[in-house]
Amino acid sequence: MEKYDFDLIIIGAGPAGLTAGIYASRAKTSTLILDIGIVGGQMVLTYEIANYPGVEQTSGFMLSKTMKKQAISFGCEIKSNVKITHFDCSRKVKKIIVNDSIEYNAKAVIIATGGRPRSLNAKGEEIFKGKGISYCATCDGDFYQNKEIIVVGGGNSALEEAVSLTKYASKVTVVHQFNYFQAFDFAIKEAKANGKIEYIMESTIVGFEGHEKLENVIIKNLKTGKEHYMKIDGVFIFIGYEPNTEFLKGKIDLNERNEILTNDDLATSLDGVFAAGDVRKKNIRQITTSVADGTIAAINAVNYIQCK
Amino acid sequence: MLLQTNLKHIATEDDFNKIINENENVMICCGRMGPMCLPVYDVMEEFENSGDYNHVGFRDMLFDNPDAHVIRNLPECSGFMGLPFTVYFKNGKVVKATSSIQSAEQVKEILDTEFK
Repeated sequence: MEKYDFDLIIIGAGPAGLTAGIYASRAKTSTLILDIGIVGGQMVLTYEIANYPGVEQTSGFMLSKTMKKQAISFGCEIKSNVKITHFDCSRKVKKIIVNDSIEYNAKAVIIATGGRPRSLNAKGEEIFKGKGISYCATCDGDFYQNKEIIVVGGGNSALEEAVSLTKYASKVTVVHQFNYFQAFDFAIKEAKANGKIEYIMESTIVGFEGHEKLENVIIKNLKTGKEHYMKIDGVFIFIGYEPNTEFLKGKIDLNERNEILTNDDLATSLDGVFAAGDVRKKNIRQITTSVADGTIAAINAVNYIQCK
Repeated sequence: MLLQTNLKHIATEDDFNKIINENENVMICCGRMGPMCLPVYDVMEEFENSGDYNHVGFRDMLFDNPDAHVIRNLPECSGFMGLPFTVYFKNGKVVKATSSIQSAEQVKEILDTEFK
């Protein structure tokens, strides 16, 4: 097995991880960033960013490209699309193996693995992904010209995307598990004022059916337990995010939502392991707050390394 | 009309016919510069640069290019309702097609199975 040593390993190349990479590398700390997917993380999913201070308008893709370039310019190494097959940070030397073939050792680790869109985990969901089930209205909305669709969820994303999808669809039905919405008032008002949107409350989808593409869903009323079929062309799912912490279960302190618990220095329950960004317990999840987390975690990780 | 990626692009129907007829193994990702497509281009670039898949031709094609009908209208893509459409060709024939975002692991599995 190939072996490499670094001062600091950052897991996750979203805004938190890339910022930590920029700060740590600039402080002459040998730093490696690993990511299971594309550099940029969830930031790449954002078409337009208009509230990043100092940048009037950009896309998530462009911002992540710039952050990556900055990190590399300071000497940070980045490996994307790798699979973490072993994670042991309980000892002084932290050991991470990727793709069962390369071992990386470090004095400190920052976990910045972010989150991913939550799935319903309903029967057939995986089969019809891209064949009637979508998680991106901007990407796939135009496939549903004059078709009937469902939007699942009751937060800001769900209601805003439901309104946006009425540009294409003939009818949008919002299916939501509660009898109230968690979205801001303005989003609720805008959705309620749209004549193309109908609502099925206190319900969820428990099954997806079809042949080559999605044709029906099974909707369960969570109050009565009754299920009914609904013929539908497409379903867009916006039910929030879940943290990417599966590989940490039993190894680090997580809360009931599987978010990493940290102190003010963003240190975790494991000595020499820090957490930054959407993966940790926090209230506000924005690119700017992730960038702030990355800064704090990197400075504290570098101090930790220098004091050891 | 080309995508802004580091992959080699297919711009015309002629390009498409040439690449699938002159190469045994070809992976074509047909999409836009959107959030579901970018990760797939990234995975392709990664595999192309790794040197492990020199026997595969990696190409992209803009979904809105009129000549992209060669991908959009494939029978294997008839039920697809999500970008990108990713199609794998062996000796000019479709051996696999996927719709929407795919992870590196999912792409690797297809490459290793179909293009052994």
